[in-house]
Amino acid sequence: METLLLLGFILVLSVFLGLELISKVPSTLHTPLMSGANAISGIALVGALVLSTDTQVQSVLAFIAILFASINVFGGYLVTNRMLKMFKKK
Amino acid sequence: MNMLDFEILQNVSYIVASALFIIGIKRLGKESTAVSGNFMSACGMFLAVAVTAVTFVDPMIALIGIVVGALIGSIIALKVKMTSIPEMVALFNGFGGLATYMIAWSEFMNGNLGAAQHVLIMLTIFIGGVTFSGSLIAYGKLAEKISLGKGHVVTNIFVLCLYAALLFLAFSIAIPLLPESMIFSNYFFILLGLTLLAGLGFVLPIGGGDMPVVISLLNSLSGIAAAFAGLLLLNNVLIVAGSLVGASGLILTVIMAKAMNRSLGNILFVGYASASSSSAQAKEQGEVKPITTDDAYLILENASSVLVVPGYGMAVAQAQHVVRELGELLEENGTEVKYGIHPVAGRMPGHMNVLLAEANVSYDLLVEPDDVNPSMDNIDVAIVIGANDVVNPSATEEPGSPIYGMPIVEVHNAKTVFVLKRSMSSGFAGVENPLFFRSNTRMLFGDAKASISALVSEFKD
Repeated sequence: METLLLLGFILVLSVFLGLELISKVPSTLHTPLMSGANAISGIALVGALVLSTDTQVQSVLAFIAILFASINVFGGYLVTNRMLKMFKKK
Repeated sequence: MNMLDFEILQNVSYIVASALFIIGIKRLGKESTAVSGNFMSACGMFLAVAVTAVTFVDPMIALIGIVVGALIGSIIALKVKMTSIPEMVALFNGFGGLATYMIAWSEFMNGNLGAAQHVLIMLTIFIGGVTFSGSLIAYGKLAEKISLGKGHVVTNIFVLCLYAALLFLAFSIAIPLLPESMIFSNYFFILLGLTLLAGLGFVLPIGGGDMPVVISLLNSLSGIAAAFAGLLLLNNVLIVAGSLVGASGLILTVIMAKAMNRSLGNILFVGYASASSSSAQAKEQGEVKPITTDDAYLILENASSVLVVPGYGMAVAQAQHVVRELGELLEENGTEVKYGIHPVAGRMPGHMNVLLAEANVSYDLLVEPDDVNPSMDNIDVAIVIGANDVVNPSATEEPGSPIYGMPIVEVHNAKTVFVLKRSMSSGFAGVENPLFFRSNTRMLFGDAKASISALVSEFKD
């Protein structure tokens, strides 16, 4: 329970940090920013990698979670990078 | 290295990864640092995943999952056309949501849950599941594969499922407090199923024009789901990364809603429902004046300033490259060319910026409505390419209009307006556009790409 409270504390601080980080962003960057943030939410991959595989069903669940989170992570970062590379001043 | 030492190493790596995410998001918010910001965030992800993957009980499952996922994700990301980016982001986001849904499901099967864990599992299932199925619908709507909307009977059924799922979620959370007699053993699977239907009921009634805001919100939700999964697994990097995405996504959502001068609640629950019954339609519309490309060319040739206002139609016609070509030819001809970019033009915020960037239009030529509106009467020709709602003068002139108050690019104040359009149909919001009937407006009907190509070849001759 103590760990959970400590982690809850971290959660609250991170939320406020997240609110502060994105205040003045030019609209040009809204799409890449959303896409970049989306890639970060692929952090679920780390969660998928600590799952138990005691039963067959759990192994399947873990595999699906790892697979889809990986698509999210790799696809998200690459597509963001592709978009950002196009913003060049001539 | 023994297990305890490794755990310390792992946690130190998580701290470093969290810092990289924070700096990464910060740097993504500025043009000059955005590429490096994305790279830093990717490094953070690599570090966090690497130190976790080595501990996975069944290395083959982890390895195959990651490699196959990486391949699929990379192929999609590298092949996708720039015009399809919005639906791609929606799809990736849904996959992240699915992963958290699976995480919570797997944790549930471990059994022996404390009260806090029980609540977290139910919440993670719900948020992750709604993110998944909701994102799939957003994907379908943006790719124009799903046309079901508000008011359709199927939509209404799913909306009912959403309410049922919320009630059932409350019931599921309360299970540890309920007497034995009220608990039935399969409740968890009912929750799993209802949650997926709830996502459909959440997104189906929302109009396609509001999808950018919805994707941003779903993105925020997938972050929140990851943060809850982090609390569930007692994993700090999930909590930090998840809540960063959750919070920044929410701010971005609000910024976008503001650009449309609407509240988030209005977008999610009201929509443009009243649009069809608004007073705008009953009014005398006046005459539509078509123009040929020959005449349009003559006017453009003599113009000293031109403002190009692109919208989703430019994306559909894949016209961004010919638009850039036309812009360059006009500049060679001594005309000052600017691009008026409305923040919510297209189906995603900044969608037009991305497309024009793809076509190599320098971004210092792009101006926002606030910068260009005050000097609009100095513009000789405003060329509206497949944009509609974002140039609708009702937004400033007709208090009864459903889009009244939305900031627009006020092209109706320019000396001449060319509107490139396939037909007279109304925009995504379903609102009539009086701009088309103005005395200074000329309609250039046809495919935007074909029309502009024709203009380009006239300039070249």
